[in-house]
Amino acid sequence: MTFSIGLTINRQHHAITLDDPRVTLLDLVRERLHLTGTKKGCDRGQCGACTMLVDGRRINACLALALSHDGAEVLTIEGVADGDTLHPVQQAFIAHDGFQCGFCTPGQIMSAIGLIAEGQAGDDPERVREGMSGNLCRCGAYKGITEAVCTAQRAMAAGELA
Amino acid sequence: MNRFDYHRPTSVAEAVGAGSADGAAYLGAGTNLLDLMKGGVTQPVRLVDLTRLPGLDGIETLANGDVRIGALVRNSTLAFDPGFAARFPAVAEALLSGASPQLRNAATVGGNLLQRTRCAYFYDTASACNRRVPGSGCDARDGENRLHAVLGWSEQCIATHPSDFCVPLVALDAIVEVEGVDGRRDVPLAALHRLPGDTPHVETALMPGELIVAIRLPAAAGAFAAHQRYIKVRERTSYAFAVVSAAAALDIADGRIRAGRLALGGVAARPWRAAAAEALLTGEAPTRATFERAAEAALADARASGDNGYKIALARRIAVRALIRAAAGTPDRLPPLPASPFAAAAGEIDHG
Repeated sequence: MTFSIGLTINRQHHAITLDDPRVTLLDLVRERLHLTGTKKGCDRGQCGACTMLVDGRRINACLALALSHDGAEVLTIEGVADGDTLHPVQQAFIAHDGFQCGFCTPGQIMSAIGLIAEGQAGDDPERVREGMSGNLCRCGAYKGITEAVCTAQRAMAAGELA
Repeated sequence: MNRFDYHRPTSVAEAVGAGSADGAAYLGAGTNLLDLMKGGVTQPVRLVDLTRLPGLDGIETLANGDVRIGALVRNSTLAFDPGFAARFPAVAEALLSGASPQLRNAATVGGNLLQRTRCAYFYDTASACNRRVPGSGCDARDGENRLHAVLGWSEQCIATHPSDFCVPLVALDAIVEVEGVDGRRDVPLAALHRLPGDTPHVETALMPGELIVAIRLPAAAGAFAAHQRYIKVRERTSYAFAVVSAAAALDIADGRIRAGRLALGGVAARPWRAAAAEALLTGEAPTRATFERAAEAALADARASGDNGYKIALARRIAVRALIRAAAGTPDRLPPLPASPFAAAAGEIDHG
């Protein structure tokens, strides 16, 4: 049995036929659409490496069945920059050394974009740390990550006012 | 993960029909179910996807003042709903102390109630587990059981229910609306989860195919809005299940407790309402001495099921602290670490 679904991924519509209902959103974007920026870490919802925005909300793509998200709008790390201009969160991660090996970074950045959109943490480092607690960084770049999220939040808030 | 048939019903009646078949499982967000399926812990032959069902994603106040939460409301949506958080602040605090932001954005409130235990032996298909395979034994009894139950356990199973959300809900008399092939009925949350006894594999009072469609909080629970808190001890700062947790809610007038509510998490196979403790709160002054008597009563029947005797003393202390925090009043804004025992206020800790 095959299943046909439609997904808008990084503002581009995809008509997708699946021959297996077990495919997760993570495996769909990586293995079928070859968008490999989203990483597979634990594959069990514990590490946050697979974080993407689905209908504007950050979720663990490894625990999301693709079939169940028929019609959704998905944003992955490949879709956040505007051409050659990096997203403010990407810029802030570079400015603050918010990574070392980089494996968790796409998930960290997507999670940070989601956190800022949720509007609950502001630039309070303690609230940002708690708000980023679903993303593990085995290199331990948390200090730079927290600074980057706070900086990006302020930059984006100022941009909205401008 | 095993293969399965995928159904996407468009009405609750259709869902219940499809979900009543042998080997069927309901799919909400799947944050627990897909994890269990990846580990081979559960192997449903049919998934009934609930996410397109109409009318199950609202938070509404009914004519009688009850608040009704649709089963498909996401945990974070409920916690961040300003009107809901103002009326039921300990529920919001419990939700925000659970899992991670990503999981809370996906997980549904109905699924939260039905999540499975996090006992490692339940998850490990090479281990004996009466809950997973009836009659196979319980490797937790002689295993790593520091985190297991101290109330309501049996020789057959010492697992705990992992939900934070359920703890303040049961304290506030939440009702679960379920629909089955024979129609709708109300189940008090306090009666939803079964203690293990000799049948730990029978985890809830739901009949085969019965579907949770909503959770209701009675209007009377609003009397506790000004004095309610949730505290959760974890083995790391955040993103961990409760070792022990407590929800406390007080209705205080003229320096006396008109009514008090207390429930514990992480101690039993169900969210544990401490009725004997609540009886000792009524009419008393909201003092540490009152709260210590109540906490003593809450744990009177507790006994270790392994290397977890410390949880009894811990649960008493956390109950006292939750009551002290509730008496101090619901904060205007939740702290940066919701439900955290860190940054204790003056007078909260007395280990003497």
